[in-house]
Amino acid sequence: MQNLTLLDGQKFQITIQRLCHQLIENHNDFSNSVILGIQPRGILLSNRIASELRNILPEATILNGNLDITFFRDDFRRREGPLVPNSTQIDFIIEGKKVILIDDVLWTGRTIRSAMDAMLAFGRPEKVELLVLVDRRFSRHLPIEPDYIGIQVDSINSQKVLVTWKEADQEDKVILLSEAAD
Amino acid sequence: MAENNQKLSTRHLLGIKDLNENDIQLIFETADTFKDVLNRPIKKVPSLRDITIANIFFENSTRTRLSFELAQKRLSADTVNFAASSSSVSKGETLIDTVNNILAMKVDMVVMRHPYPGAGVFLSKKVNAQIVNAGDGAHEHPTQALLDAFSIREKYGDVTGKKVAIIGDVLHSRVALSNILCLQKLGAEVMVCGPTTLIPKYIKSLGVKVEFDLLKALNWCDVANMLRIQLERQDIKYFPSLREYSMLYGLNKQILDSLDKEITVMHPGPINRGVEITSDVADSKQSIILEQVENGVAIRMAVLYLLAGHKD
Repeated sequence: MQNLTLLDGQKFQITIQRLCHQLIENHNDFSNSVILGIQPRGILLSNRIASELRNILPEATILNGNLDITFFRDDFRRREGPLVPNSTQIDFIIEGKKVILIDDVLWTGRTIRSAMDAMLAFGRPEKVELLVLVDRRFSRHLPIEPDYIGIQVDSINSQKVLVTWKEADQEDKVILLSEAAD
Repeated sequence: MAENNQKLSTRHLLGIKDLNENDIQLIFETADTFKDVLNRPIKKVPSLRDITIANIFFENSTRTRLSFELAQKRLSADTVNFAASSSSVSKGETLIDTVNNILAMKVDMVVMRHPYPGAGVFLSKKVNAQIVNAGDGAHEHPTQALLDAFSIREKYGDVTGKKVAIIGDVLHSRVALSNILCLQKLGAEVMVCGPTTLIPKYIKSLGVKVEFDLLKALNWCDVANMLRIQLERQDIKYFPSLREYSMLYGLNKQILDSLDKEITVMHPGPINRGVEITSDVADSKQSIILEQVENGVAIRMAVLYLLAGHKD
């Protein structure tokens, strides 16, 4: 495997900051908006975004929840074993709210499709937006596009994009992993 | 995305005997999430939408059948129900023929209750569907044992090291055997208690304590699981009268209050009020009988989800 770092250090911080400011442009004081991070890796980004937003807007109440999509996936019985679910924590009502779905990497769009399904079990939002840190362009299986993008990456199917976080993996970083050429 | 692919070590759920501790923990963890789902406004997930399940009941059941059916519906599975009394079984059709005919209608999974021990194991060898045992004679009732242990875990945080007394008609009880196996795999201590005639002769070989005095058993345990006297399985008289049984082995408020600690009371249902347990105990705050029923749906959802996830 060859690793190529796409984003780290100060640039990573600036990207997060920019995403937060773009959110504020559209959501003002977040009084009618909520954030939903998609389990398992999206919540690391959503927690970071939420805490940054709380820094920038100390007066605002930022509602932040975790959404597990395991039971809503479209590949059940198409893989070796069932996936073990993560917890869903949504302690607020999303009925009539603007929901910002957050995931770390957008690739085929299937996760987001499942997430929209899973989210509807909690009510009918006024509007749903999608924020991702990494958009792997030209690889979508479904007609889904993000509203807020950290960075765009051109990659091929055999490559992987990994986002690591200070909280979980010691360092804030986006890495492109490629199979080593023989 | 980090993926946590785990599966049960078995394709069918025939008995607790075939499960290992990891399987049981996996079922519990999955049931935790399903319990969460059941407390939402929309209590349904689409996981099993392309699966058809037949519930085949050769014996009467209220809780187990409803609980399985609800679990299947909450998982979006299609279900068909079959009760032996209103079927062609009475015209002389064999078990394998009955089930194969049902499977010919493209059914993926069979949940079966049968009066004969081992009926599920037999079927799993003869037909090409996943079998879930919902009680086979006096042998096993795995989902009941799982939900009992899950309820203990919910109440105490852990099953390991807990002392559980199974009290009553142990001889005719499938709940007793499955409970003993399940609790022991999770590291609990188990005691059985009842009149000598209703305690199987060699039950000590399972590594359980045996006690014939109700008060001693209650003083020893953290949890008392009261079993019903299964009159329908008793071909001879095992004790002089129900009244005498209830005087010696019935749990009432007076005995419960005389203990120096607060124990938890469980019952797999159906309850015979006034026989093995009095109404004031069954409805007291020490009883978790209705929690058991609630957890039953989550446990059965977890079992069906994990079994259906096996790729054929």
